[in-house]
Amino acid sequence: MIRMQPSVENTQTFADSDAVAVERTLAGDRDAFRVLVERHSHNVFRLAYRMTRNRPDAEEVVQEAFLRAYQKLGKFEARANFGTWVYRIAANYAIDRMRQRKKEEARKVEPAVHEEGTENDPVTLVHDSAPTPERLAHNIELRKQMEIALAALSHSERTAFVMRHWEGCAIEEIAEVLKSSSGAAKNTVFRAVQKLRLALQPFVGRGTQARAMGTES
Amino acid sequence: MRHMTEEELIAYKEGVAAQRTVIAQHLAACQECRAELERIEAVLAALNTLPVPNPGDDYGRHIWQQIASRLPERPARWWQEWFEPRRLATMGALAAIIVAAFLTGWFLRDKRTPDAIANKEQIRERVLVVAVGDHLNKSEMFLVGLSNAQPNSSSEKLVNISSEQRRAEDLLEENRLYRQTALQEGDNVMASTLDELERFLLDVANSPDEITPAQLEKIRQKIEAHGILFKVRVVGRELQERQKTTNPAPAQNSSKESERNKV
Repeated sequence: MIRMQPSVENTQTFADSDAVAVERTLAGDRDAFRVLVERHSHNVFRLAYRMTRNRPDAEEVVQEAFLRAYQKLGKFEARANFGTWVYRIAANYAIDRMRQRKKEEARKVEPAVHEEGTENDPVTLVHDSAPTPERLAHNIELRKQMEIALAALSHSERTAFVMRHWEGCAIEEIAEVLKSSSGAAKNTVFRAVQKLRLALQPFVGRGTQARAMGTES
Repeated sequence: MRHMTEEELIAYKEGVAAQRTVIAQHLAACQECRAELERIEAVLAALNTLPVPNPGDDYGRHIWQQIASRLPERPARWWQEWFEPRRLATMGALAAIIVAAFLTGWFLRDKRTPDAIANKEQIRERVLVVAVGDHLNKSEMFLVGLSNAQPNSSSEKLVNISSEQRRAEDLLEENRLYRQTALQEGDNVMASTLDELERFLLDVANSPDEITPAQLEKIRQKIEAHGILFKVRVVGRELQERQKTTNPAPAQNSSKESERNKV
């Protein structure tokens, strides 16, 4: 990404730019809202995809989140962070979408597994000097099991896990989305990890396999 | 030496542990707990390999194109949120009760003493009694239903409580409104009962859709231990009594009645 060298004056503008864009939007400048959409849509998409586990739903969540943000902008407090706010709206809508999706898929026997191809999948493109067919097969199976394990979490658990583990959100923020206490939100994170562990431990092995797959952080 | 529990290790790994230093010190000294933490980390590390597709550099522009035509001319002001469908439904129900209470008072005005007619507080009281009574009645049915929930068949290991969750969400909205009103009215007993009910409703609304019979038993125990169902029943019955006494009856002494109805 190309970044302009900010001058002292510009630094302030960059720092305040979300707040300025919100004010301009409230004054009727729709282009100002476009700036906010373009600035935050990638982050919102990442959260939405991790929660819904499929691209069409994630896309719908992103669109709906910005539409709702626009509609509720009058309630937005300028001192708050627009990115965090729209993020929270997206998480709430993603929960609604997951519930809706669950009802739609209630009749299906097989759980929906990732629709993306495996050609760009890091699990299959592991840092392995000799990717044997067995290892490839194992990784594909692991990936399938991970999708199933995530799909088996309740909406609250998946939301708590995604927001905490992948997005690094504060427990208070998660509690707000789940409309629960901080203690309950913390407990939901624990439940989610515990369930994922129970489902995936047999496929991951004794802690060394993930490292062998080049996923050590 | 007490080993760390799985919960403590997960909380430590996820950065939400209360006693982080204590756990870190224990891990430095305990090979067994370190190995357990590594197993947790291995699962999480594997999950980190799940890809998120790159939506592309012009994704922001794409989203803007999708939503621009659907945006209203200007963002809504804060007060417009009061006209959202969900809130309108609750407000509509309340308005219907208020109108009903008003009309009842109006049609029965001749049978009442002048004191009672003048008593605006009494009408207000009646509105609340009817509305909250109805809410507690629904909550009682919900709690009884949850207490009696069973797996669809004996072979099923999980109990689906998704419909109870939706019900809990609906009741939550009303409950908040009545709890705030009870607080404003200074009815601490009612506010406290509604507060307990609200916490329980929140727990159910945020539970997994499917729970094990053991978890269901835990919920039942919670209902029992906190006496939630009992309290809801008692307050509900009390409201029914109040409803009877606030109903205009020629033989009743209005001042006495008013005293009894004091919230």
